[in-house]
Amino acid sequence: MTRLAKRRELGWAVAILLGLAALAFLPLAVHRDDVLNFVFLILLSITLAESWNIVAGYAGQVNLGHAAFFGLGALVGRTLWILGVPIVLAMGAGAAVAAAFALIIGVPAFRLRGAYFAIGTLALGEILRTTVGNALSEISTLPAATIAAYRLSHRYYLALALAALSVIVVAGLGNSRLRLGMQAVREDEDAAEASGVGALSLKLIALVLSTGLAGLAGGLFAYYHISYYPSHPFSPSWTFDALLMTFIGGVGTLHGPVLGAVLYVFLKEYLAVRWVDFHLLIFGALFISVVLLLPGGLVQAAERARRFLGR
Amino acid sequence: MNALAQQLILGVLLGGLYGLAAVGLSLVFGVLKVLNVAHGELIMLGGYGTFWLVTLLGIDPFASLLLVVPLSLLLGLGLYGALFAFVVRADEEARVRTSLLIGFGLALVLHALAVRLWTADERSVVTPYGGAVIVLGNLSIPVVRLMSLAVAFVLIGGLHLLLTHWRWGKAIRATAEDWQAALLTGIDVRRAYLLAFAIGTGLAGAAGSLVSVGYSVSPSIGLEWTLKALIVVVLAGLGSVIGTFVAGIFLGVAEALSAAVFGGPYREVVGLVIFVVVLVVRPRGLFGR
Repeated sequence: MTRLAKRRELGWAVAILLGLAALAFLPLAVHRDDVLNFVFLILLSITLAESWNIVAGYAGQVNLGHAAFFGLGALVGRTLWILGVPIVLAMGAGAAVAAAFALIIGVPAFRLRGAYFAIGTLALGEILRTTVGNALSEISTLPAATIAAYRLSHRYYLALALAALSVIVVAGLGNSRLRLGMQAVREDEDAAEASGVGALSLKLIALVLSTGLAGLAGGLFAYYHISYYPSHPFSPSWTFDALLMTFIGGVGTLHGPVLGAVLYVFLKEYLAVRWVDFHLLIFGALFISVVLLLPGGLVQAAERARRFLGR
Repeated sequence: MNALAQQLILGVLLGGLYGLAAVGLSLVFGVLKVLNVAHGELIMLGGYGTFWLVTLLGIDPFASLLLVVPLSLLLGLGLYGALFAFVVRADEEARVRTSLLIGFGLALVLHALAVRLWTADERSVVTPYGGAVIVLGNLSIPVVRLMSLAVAFVLIGGLHLLLTHWRWGKAIRATAEDWQAALLTGIDVRRAYLLAFAIGTGLAGAAGSLVSVGYSVSPSIGLEWTLKALIVVVLAGLGSVIGTFVAGIFLGVAEALSAAVFGGPYREVVGLVIFVVVLVVRPRGLFGR
């Protein structure tokens, strides 16, 4: 990365974190649950998109089984929390389980390259979803006492903290040798290996960071929802959402997934008022055009516009 | 024992459709090196084609193939021209990756479109002879599914003949073997791509028609059928039409057996586990001949 690009990325990191800090005052200023729920969704989406971005954007490994790690985080986090473990510890345990599972499957899965890795992880995710759906087919509902004590603001602040954490993790990767190595693997794995980059260990590090964050996000989901089917967080749509937000915003950049997440949630909620699932039609078409015409997403579009306007 | 035999028969009947679903995907992947993960959604469209032809016009579902297959071929031509013609310009590594993403976007669009147009309800074609069974001792064979298997077999035999005897069929096979050599011998590789993609889509449409008769269609069956087709392609490897059909029947039987051993809900898992194991043991092997 050139020095200018580095400085620009640092600028974005600071801007996003300032924006998140400003959102901390929202519950004090606005006393409407619908607004807080809406911002909560954006924050959860930012975490999910950034987590997917680490392994797919930086290390170039399109993981189509991301929902499995989100689901594991939700499953473990929810179970421990209902048993009485404090939520932050329960979420941490969920993230640890997700990351440990990633390490176990990562070694064989990374023998697969490119699209084969993608469909292999898709199948893994489906195996987990079907198994969880069969083993735990009962809906999971919080105990009455917990529902009575439910405070939306707690969920909101936790989501804020997680979104900030995911941005900090990705920004922290920004200048490191780790990221350079990951990008080398993404561009040409054989060439990276030949020049002394340990491709497998770098991919594993990326996967562990990515799935750990996804596990935390799953824990947050479990903390937020009063009742849901245990297999729901394993649904491939979580992976697909993360993929769409990341690609449309700008894959492999710090601020792309944040922009993508904001746009995605806005459009989804706005369109859902009138037409259920209509956003998928629009985002599907947008995604195809991004892949064919504008591989850098919105970030690249903005770059081009700036150049066109003569700056 | 009897219940097991009955399950195995149903497994063979379903497996024939897995084979038909996979042959189209395998042809497209083998020739264009394009992994179209929207294949299941194309199957879904074929299913709706038959459903509406039967419901609105009262056509026999098997006769509806005569309309659904040509329409699917046309859809294939359109999709190739609009999307995949751009993908095949890239080198092979990038092609698989880009096509995976494009296919994913296409799958989303087709799924959302189907929900908008036809709601998310599950539908299946009703025929006067739908409930008929052939009784063999204690076993019963649903007539409709048996006819579907026969149609699948005829289509696959027809494809085999096309690829071995038709001028362009040979061109398609030559392109799959080595597109550069094919180009040097004067084969219009782009046209071979176009034809292979259209035939693959036509086969998906036919598979969908048969699915809507013996089973059911809904906008969300796409992912499931894409996965089934991928599993069969991984099992069979590329290049053999008949082999793919046999692998499809094998998957149907394996599912039936696992349903008998582990219980019905886990039948989906066995194929996926086979898939992951084969992929990991032979990362490129079975796929890349």
